[in-house]
Amino acid sequence: MKLSKLLATAAVALGMATGAMAEDKTKVGFVFVGPIGDGGWTYEHNKGRLAVEQEFGDKVETVFVESVPEGPDAERVMTQMALEGADLIFTTSFGYMDPTINVAAKFPNVKFEHATGYKRADNVSTYSARFYEGRAIQGHIAGKMTKSNIVGYIGSYPIPEVIRGINSAFSHARKANPDVQFKIVWAYTWFDPAKEAEAAKVLIEQGADIILQHTDSTAPQAAAQEAGNVYTFGQASDMAEYGPKPRISSIIDDWAPYYIARTRAVMDGTWTSTDTWDGIGPGMVGIGEISSEVPADVKAEALALKDAIAKGEYHPFTGPLNKQDGSAWLAAGETADDGTLLGMNFYVEGIEGTIPQ
Amino acid sequence: MDLSAINPTLLLASLMVAATPLLLAAIGELVVERAGVLNLGVEGMMITGAICGFAIAVNTGSPILGLVAAALGGAVLSLLFAALTQYALANQVASGLALTLFGLGLSALIGQGYQGIKPPSFPKADIPLLSDIPFLGGVLFRHDFVVYLAIALTAVVWWVLKYSRIGLVLRAVGENHDAAHALGYKVVRIRVAAICFGGACAGLGGAYISLIRVPQWTEGMTAGIGWIALALVVFASWKPWRAMLGAYLFGGITVLQLNLQAAGVAIPVEYLAMSPYLITIIVLVIMSADKSRAPAALGRSFHASQ
Repeated sequence: MKLSKLLATAAVALGMATGAMAEDKTKVGFVFVGPIGDGGWTYEHNKGRLAVEQEFGDKVETVFVESVPEGPDAERVMTQMALEGADLIFTTSFGYMDPTINVAAKFPNVKFEHATGYKRADNVSTYSARFYEGRAIQGHIAGKMTKSNIVGYIGSYPIPEVIRGINSAFSHARKANPDVQFKIVWAYTWFDPAKEAEAAKVLIEQGADIILQHTDSTAPQAAAQEAGNVYTFGQASDMAEYGPKPRISSIIDDWAPYYIARTRAVMDGTWTSTDTWDGIGPGMVGIGEISSEVPADVKAEALALKDAIAKGEYHPFTGPLNKQDGSAWLAAGETADDGTLLGMNFYVEGIEGTIPQ
Repeated sequence: MDLSAINPTLLLASLMVAATPLLLAAIGELVVERAGVLNLGVEGMMITGAICGFAIAVNTGSPILGLVAAALGGAVLSLLFAALTQYALANQVASGLALTLFGLGLSALIGQGYQGIKPPSFPKADIPLLSDIPFLGGVLFRHDFVVYLAIALTAVVWWVLKYSRIGLVLRAVGENHDAAHALGYKVVRIRVAAICFGGACAGLGGAYISLIRVPQWTEGMTAGIGWIALALVVFASWKPWRAMLGAYLFGGITVLQLNLQAAGVAIPVEYLAMSPYLITIIVLVIMSADKSRAPAALGRSFHASQ
């Protein structure tokens, strides 16, 4: 009894101490879909969180919960964070969209930021990066580098963000190499290394010599490395440890500037609900170093493409482009509007297979 | 659709690889449950085994030592569960869940600094002569030895449970620990040994993922396989061969559905994605229509004074 009493007193004292300390601190919460050590998506979001801590030092306190399943459990985690006094909560996966909206309705004074979604409210902003800009460069390199003309693509869930990536990569791979084919498998998970590795192996066995992934772990890189003559691209994070081969370039998400800006807005009281969608130009999407495995002329073309996209001279979805069924989508010179891109639910012409509905 | 893109030899061979970690963990848990203990910490022991094995293999350069370390790591972690449930008489469900959480955290801690490292590659045991048989040789006889170890383990566990004295005692403890105690068997000691065995098997299964199947270390990389192993034991009615069938079905259909997707078969992907779970459950439920049931003392604490 004595011991438990002592512990209880200590706990209460500790609680009061931290409570007192937290008073003038801005508390920022992060909900992650994978572990912070996944080496990909969640790893980069966590780097953004650490940048917020570095920027504001004592004035900010960050909390995070990792490996939160998309669904009702996410709502519980967000509610808990809000109850514990978070002022700003970043929810960093598409599947948190409805939970975020639900919890935000219950806590009107807490600001929410949902990544990659499209539902907003007075206290819910959305933010995402134009990953498809990076996919265009990836597609170009993939089209040039493949010898078997088969590119394997590991999709996570058939949502617009992923489909956009496939379309962007495919249309640029076709431009670089008219014979290229995409083989697409859906893993139905963001993070499951064993399954992702399995998917990569299956694609390699079926002839793919380039693997693109839209899942979060580095497992496909390891599988490609083991297979030998296969190239991959880092996803969400540089994954440089797998370079110069199999990883020949990467798409890097840089969330730090956005997280810092939004945290500052909460501190200043200037936060409003916004919709941010930035690409290579503003620096939210980075292209990792193109490795020595890539011939110099291909590298130069890829970098030129990157510059054109960054300057806004070139849009990755520029006509003429047809939909999969052959119907016209974009006329020559026409570029896709954001609304269509955000809700993209069709493949472009040339891709085989159907999108799971 | 292009089914010719699927190479049946490679498909069946990768089926065996995909099933192995699941089979190892399930066989271990099966023995634990037959002794009357419900250890929900399989996932935690697997991930701990995965990092212990990975760390030792990287540091010593020997994947074999890695596997030994993984089994040891899993067993040591399971001792924690044994101490809580067998000596402190804590609730087994809560202790098991705590073990999973603890294992996930511990492995993330140990794993700092092991990300992005390539482990020493595992020697494939090409069995001479047999591996040259067309088709069958490629499917059955060109694996690493752990695949065979898992099958052998299933056979041994089946034989021991069914025919040996130790197996009989273990089952007696799992069915009615008071009677076993009255007959003079050391209930707690037997259960602790069973828990340790389960931990070692789970650890081995975890290391199979981090050293051979993927091979790399990533936090949380077992991603729920431990939970599937737990479910498998129940659906397999606590019978070793059925657990093996279930593991091969699950692993096999997982690989097959990815193959079918890549080949562009016109089956909706959602059905393909859920098929491993559905088919495994349906097959095992149909098989368990006989009079199989759970060990009677499953999940109940034992103390000699009660």
